[in-house]
Amino acid sequence: MEANLAKVIVVTSGKGGVGKTTTSASFASGLALRGHKTAVIDFDIGLRNLDLIMGCERRVVYDFVNVQNNEATLKQALIRDKNSDNLYVLPASQTRDKDALTQEGVERVMNELRETFDYIVCDSPAGIEKGAIMALYHADEALVVTNPEVSSVRDSDRMLGILAAKSKRAVEGSEPIKEHLVITRYAPSRVAQGEMLSVDDIQELLSVSLLGVIPESESVLHASNAGVPVIHNNKSTSGQAYHDMVARFIGEQKPMRFLEPEKKSIIRRLFGT
Amino acid sequence: MGVDLPQTQDAYASAAAPAVELKGTSFTLPVLRMLSKDVAAVEADLKHRLAQHIRFFENAPVVIDLSALQHLAEPIDFPALIAVLRRNLLIPVGVRNGTVSQTQLALLNGLAVVKGGATQDLAIGAARAASAAKVESLRKEKSTATAQAQQDRDHGAPGKTKIVTQPVRSGQQIYAQGGDLVILGPVSAGAEVIADGNIHIYAPLRGRALAGATGNTGARIFAQSMEPELLSVAGHFRVFEDKAPNNHYHKMAQAYLEGDKLVIVALGTLE
Repeated sequence: MEANLAKVIVVTSGKGGVGKTTTSASFASGLALRGHKTAVIDFDIGLRNLDLIMGCERRVVYDFVNVQNNEATLKQALIRDKNSDNLYVLPASQTRDKDALTQEGVERVMNELRETFDYIVCDSPAGIEKGAIMALYHADEALVVTNPEVSSVRDSDRMLGILAAKSKRAVEGSEPIKEHLVITRYAPSRVAQGEMLSVDDIQELLSVSLLGVIPESESVLHASNAGVPVIHNNKSTSGQAYHDMVARFIGEQKPMRFLEPEKKSIIRRLFGT
Repeated sequence: MGVDLPQTQDAYASAAAPAVELKGTSFTLPVLRMLSKDVAAVEADLKHRLAQHIRFFENAPVVIDLSALQHLAEPIDFPALIAVLRRNLLIPVGVRNGTVSQTQLALLNGLAVVKGGATQDLAIGAARAASAAKVESLRKEKSTATAQAQQDRDHGAPGKTKIVTQPVRSGQQIYAQGGDLVILGPVSAGAEVIADGNIHIYAPLRGRALAGATGNTGARIFAQSMEPELLSVAGHFRVFEDKAPNNHYHKMAQAYLEGDKLVIVALGTLE
């Protein structure tokens, strides 16, 4: 049994560029905003990004690999988020590669995190190699991030298969990882024109319960550049959709929003909010 | 004596002259496993056993398996053995698993040498076929499965139905050895489900399904929504590049062999 009821959640996809890090940042921030003690870990060793999205890149001293190798304590490496006292970031190493993580090292860090935090969000690297397997190995639940496009759906399907086969829960034969589907960069108008897969299409192909649909929005890019996760932007449809997603994750009923083409005014179109 | 099911894979041979066609086809041959070199004892036992299967083996070609006689120093009396088999309405066509000298002796007595039992290479000129490379890779995959199934059967592993309650995801491969495969979740594009027997999918089939992997030509594939990339029964396969199989796409349908042809028909209609 775990020390407490801490939950480890991996944010994964298989394909790159679909919004794993954006989702990890907003999801972890959302949990923290609701008062849950949350850690978000960047597993993308060598291609460190999460710190940029969280806006803490200039405060990185020690990283995940340092902690794993006992070169720093967890306390030294965890960076407190500037927007929430409940959120801590464990950055990846930019100078090492994915082989720097070891099974035992990651296990030890995860166990230590489980003692302090309610939620541990693991931002997975793209691909299905060692780095991605490390990120999902300890997961209790998984957010599978998919874009409404066939190759992304195919890769997510592959990743769902890997979750069911290679995670610690699968290897030990305990209760399987709880899987959630998160569709990002959803553009209802393009779905209406038949240029994108619809939510129903994706759900039919993947048969996984839908946790959230995040509409395509320029505010996501602005948020990334500013280093403030988009969930903090209450005017943004993406930010609102992430709020809904977090609420559903902790058990609240929220209808899906932003699934229909919006009748935007010219001004709103220009500003893309 | 053990009855075994060796089989050959399809070879895509195309002869230049139309006078003859060279083809490979799948056959199920009984294997007579020799446990004694005493021809009289073999005949007695054989008569007894054949009596239980009246007419079933009448004029059937048989392969003589020598694996249990490999330790023998003295030569096997093939002429006497052949006479005994013919007298009992069996037609010996070949031997397998003999020592070098036993095999040579069998050749001298007009018997062919059957290798392995499952995976001979009949591919004479096969490379010319347009889809040769694809066929080859498919065949390779299958022959490993086949060889393993063969091995297990030789060890007497029981055939049973395998039930899968989870979706079969892209990149996953599920193999029901020696029996049927029942799948309750969808089979995604890029996934592969294989069975020595039938395959039943109570959800959409979007990937590849290969039934009768060890040569059972009577095996069938059933799906609640037929949207496959590839269907195969006993090595006879069809790929579906676009929205084929014609009007059965997205419908409840089954696939089976009619002679050499893989046909797909809607479920709910009788043949």
